[in-house]
Amino acid sequence: MNDGSTAKCQACEQSRRRFFSRLSIYLGSLAAAIVAIPSIGFLLGLRRPTKVWRLVGHVQDFEIGSTTQVSFEDPSPLPWSGVTAQTAAWLRRIGENEFIAFSVDCTHLGCPVRWLSGANLFMCPCHGGVFYADGSVASGPPPRPLFQYPVRIETDEVQIFTSPLPIA
Amino acid sequence: MWKRAWEWFDDLTGTSKWLLPVLRHPVPHAKKSAWFYVLGSATLFVFILQIVTGISLASSYVPASGEAYHSLLFISGTELGRIVRGIHYFGASAMIILIGVHAVRVYLMGSYKYPRQVNWLTGVGLLVLTLLMAFTGQLLRWDQTGFWTAVVAAEQAGKTPFIGNWLGHFILAGDTAGGATLSRFFAAHVFFIPALIFGLLGFHLYLVIHNGISEPPKVGRPVDPKTYRRWYGDLLTREGRPFWPDAAWRDVVFGFLVVVTIVVLAVVVGPAPLGKPPDPTIIGASPRPDWYFLWYYALLTVVPRWSENYLIILGPLIFGLLLIFLPFVASKGERSPLRRPWSFVIVATIIVFIAYYGHLGHLAPWSPRLEAAPLPSTVVEATTGPVAEGARIFYDKGCEYCHTVAGYGGIRGPDLTYVGDRLNADQIKTRIFSGATNMPSYNGNITDQQLASLLAFLESRQRRPIEERARP
Repeated sequence: MNDGSTAKCQACEQSRRRFFSRLSIYLGSLAAAIVAIPSIGFLLGLRRPTKVWRLVGHVQDFEIGSTTQVSFEDPSPLPWSGVTAQTAAWLRRIGENEFIAFSVDCTHLGCPVRWLSGANLFMCPCHGGVFYADGSVASGPPPRPLFQYPVRIETDEVQIFTSPLPIA
Repeated sequence: MWKRAWEWFDDLTGTSKWLLPVLRHPVPHAKKSAWFYVLGSATLFVFILQIVTGISLASSYVPASGEAYHSLLFISGTELGRIVRGIHYFGASAMIILIGVHAVRVYLMGSYKYPRQVNWLTGVGLLVLTLLMAFTGQLLRWDQTGFWTAVVAAEQAGKTPFIGNWLGHFILAGDTAGGATLSRFFAAHVFFIPALIFGLLGFHLYLVIHNGISEPPKVGRPVDPKTYRRWYGDLLTREGRPFWPDAAWRDVVFGFLVVVTIVVLAVVVGPAPLGKPPDPTIIGASPRPDWYFLWYYALLTVVPRWSENYLIILGPLIFGLLLIFLPFVASKGERSPLRRPWSFVIVATIIVFIAYYGHLGHLAPWSPRLEAAPLPSTVVEATTGPVAEGARIFYDKGCEYCHTVAGYGGIRGPDLTYVGDRLNADQIKTRIFSGATNMPSYNGNITDQQLASLLAFLESRQRRPIEERARP
């Protein structure tokens, strides 16, 4: 180390400082980035569960023309999900082998609609949205018909194809 | 001995070098306005109270979607746990009220003007964060309403243009509200938002010391950025008082009263009751926000339908931007509210607006009363025959959920107590068949027999006693 030459070369000293400032800022940013990227990535990463068919009952359990509440488990429930792993749906049998499954979520803001069997209507408790038995909007704020899950019949099992919460 | 220990500590840490000037920093002599200056500190005291009770609650709360409800039942079941939950619950309301009144005080007194614009901006940030705390905290009360609040929050966020769907599922932490949802809100409520609050609050308090607390405004004494700092310095030299204890005692007295009020409410009234478990298969849920968001919930319901999707995002955004622009567009000039009469109008409008829509949200006339019971025979005035049969159909077909008869039923649609005086059978029939914006059409959904009975019942809804009426 030659102290004399450093003292003489003020420009060298300045460029040294600039180098160390930049080095510190870049290294600090790099350290922050390699911690932040996986942390934020994990936070943002949505679970993308495989969609699956879930059994909700047997054909003979449902009367033709009736609308019944059924429930099924989420496609990939977490061990600590407890009751929240369940999803409810309204299952309507319209023919011998024909079913429609409605999401319970009102298309307005997602509140759970209730089936009023006497009135043949779905009614939402939040803002009074009403849907006909076929899921179409009868009145109130909902912008579109009730969301439908795909349904299939395997031998005599009624199965619903799980889907994400419908968000407009 | 204590004195020597303190001297040793102070020598090594220099505590008295910064603490004493902070405690003793001169504040203007506020005279009659002195009690207006206690609101910010009271908000801070309640925030500390929220931290203490929050830590206490978090020690027993299980932030798992399947278990949180049981842990809440456990906490509420113990004598002290119930009180701590109550303090946290009323503390949340107190924070909202105090931070709101504090902001109003600062606005009315023009304290946001030069050189305290950044004080105001950090305060706006703290207001937003406090509202986020209120929202996430309400959701951590993970009962049926808490669960559906998460769903509704996701659906509302879903109205954001372009990124709505992504944002909605980000809030739920998955495809549906489930296991991961609650953990996300817990982390936000307990770590993320408080960390931001600590940072912003520290900055806010630093600025209070750096710029000095604003002096009470006086008519005809406008703020001039060129001379203000020197003038303010002279004012402090002339008549400044040490913050501790000359001004601080009022903060302590008011803060004490606030804290005692919260604790008394917690003991006497107790925390918000827990609803049914957060089981998505229990359909009978009627989620409602806590009082501080009720007005917004109501507002979204009553605005024209086409505007709802815009308002849901743009409303808070525009209000936030107005708060941010305020200290830039009005950074100098008169501070006294007497010379800024519009400030009173604006504050009064906001208060009336929130109170009115809050009240409306409480009544929720748009919500069908799904818990309504069939009309009693004293109202129907018949136990057999078409009128009695019609009353039963009135209930079965869901009419009563939205229409009142003699004080029973919902208030969504017109009161039908005396509908027989207003409309004849044909007119009623037309309405039943055609429906309306907020009423479903029953065309094809009612048999001729049922309709005849229903009409008989509705026609009998008249002011005249039943025996005076002409029999059909």
